[in-house]
Formats: sequence, C-alpha cells, structure tokens
Amino acid sequence: MSLRSPLRRVTGLGSAKGGASHWYVQRVTAVALVLLGFWFVAALASLGGASHANVVGWLASPISSALAVLLVVTAAYHALLGLQVVLEDYVADHGKRLAALLLVKFALVVAAVIGVLAVLRIAFGAAA
Amino acid sequence: MAQRARPLSPFLHYRWQYTNTLSILHRITGILLSIGFFVLVYWLAAVAAGPESYQSAIGILGSPPVQLILFGTAFSFCYHLLNGVRHLFFDLGHGFGTRTARKSGWAVAIGALALGLGLWMVLRAGLGGAL
Repeated sequence: MSLRSPLRRVTGLGSAKGGASHWYVQRVTAVALVLLGFWFVAALASLGGASHANVVGWLASPISSALAVLLVVTAAYHALLGLQVVLEDYVADHGKRLAALLLVKFALVVAAVIGVLAVLRIAFGAAA
Repeated sequence: MAQRARPLSPFLHYRWQYTNTLSILHRITGILLSIGFFVLVYWLAAVAAGPESYQSAIGILGSPPVQLILFGTAFSFCYHLLNGVRHLFFDLGHGFGTRTARKSGWAVAIGALALGLGLWMVLRAGLGGAL
C-alpha cells in the first residue's frame, strides 16, 4: 500500500515496482543469515556427533528451536529473492521464466514449511 | 512490427577478470546453497520422523554423491558468507579502490577454501558419529 500517486511512481526512478524493497530485504536477510549461519555452524560443531538423541536434545531447547525456525525461514526467503534475480537475468523467454520462477518459489515455500514443521515437531517432543 | 531481440544482463560482454569471476561465483555458490537448503530440510524432516528414519537418512547423507553435495555446500556457505559481507561493504560505499577490492577478493577466495575444508570436516565428523 503506497500513498504515492501512479503518476508520481512512473516519473520516479526505476521501474516503479518493488525493486527497492526486493534489494533491501535481500540485504536484511543476508545480515540475519550471517548471524544465524555462525550460530548453526557453532551448534553443529559443538553437538558431539549428530546422533538422533544429540540433535533432538539440541533442538528441544526453546532458543535452539526458535533460531532453527528463523534460519529455515530466512534462508528460504533469501534463496527465493536471489534465485529470482538469477532467473530474471538469464532466462529470456517469458513463458519459461514465469514457469521457472513459479517452480522455484513453490519448491522453496514447501521446503520451508516442511523445515519449520519438523523443528516444531522436535521442539514439542514428538520426534522421540 | 518485428520485435528486436532485446539485451538482457550484459554478462557475455565482460572481459574475464577477478571482479566478474568473484561475482559469478557468488551467484553459483548461491544456487548451490539453495540445493544445500533442501538437504538441510531433508535432515530436519528425518530428525522429526524419528530415530529409525534418521538412521536411514544418515546413510543417504553419508553416501559419496551426497558427500560431494555437502562439500559443495560447505565451500559455498563459506564463500557466499565472506563475499556477501564484502558486498555489504560495497553497498555501504566502502572498498571500491582497485587495490582494496583485489585484496578483499583474494581474502574471500583463500578464506572460503580454508574455512570450507574445515567446515566439511566438521560435518563429516558429525555425520560419522551418527553412523
């Protein structure tokens, strides 16, 4: 929702669509992923072997499961924005581009929902 | 009216040098990380499904082709993270000098190889403990 008139938008810079916010969110999620990435690697390294009990015990803590959910959602969103730019740059044909964009977006959203539900299942003790 | 073929990204016109090599590597590693994201979700889903399915998933994750994907993901993670931070500095207007950009580029490339190898060994050791 914008209060700018259509005329104001077309006389402005760029395509007057959502380019600026796309660019900005790509960077916000990038900064978040730097932090979440460090957390995830540190957590994996200090797990002492990825046995089922170890992983469940780790993800059962509220902070770990919250950060894991954030990691999955943020990574999916960042990947969606990034792959969108790649496809828009290199797939010239409009039909193929639309099909590829839809496929990538659907796949990432489905994977993100599966990932979040998996973490919640573990967090609520249903994975033992 | 015949429609002229319109130019897209001018990625075919650039002379090959370190700047566009690092830039295209950022995109390639981003695509590899997207594949790695699906592996991460598969792993989480296997944990959630219980110990038995987790064991069979670990067997798949430990197989040579998936190990190759994991190595690619580990390297891509380190490269994309380091070069991403480099680009965030670019976005803030820093580091555009030729010498600075070349130095940070080398730091990213060497750092990514070293850290990627380390991360892969951590992943391997972790998965090995579960086998």
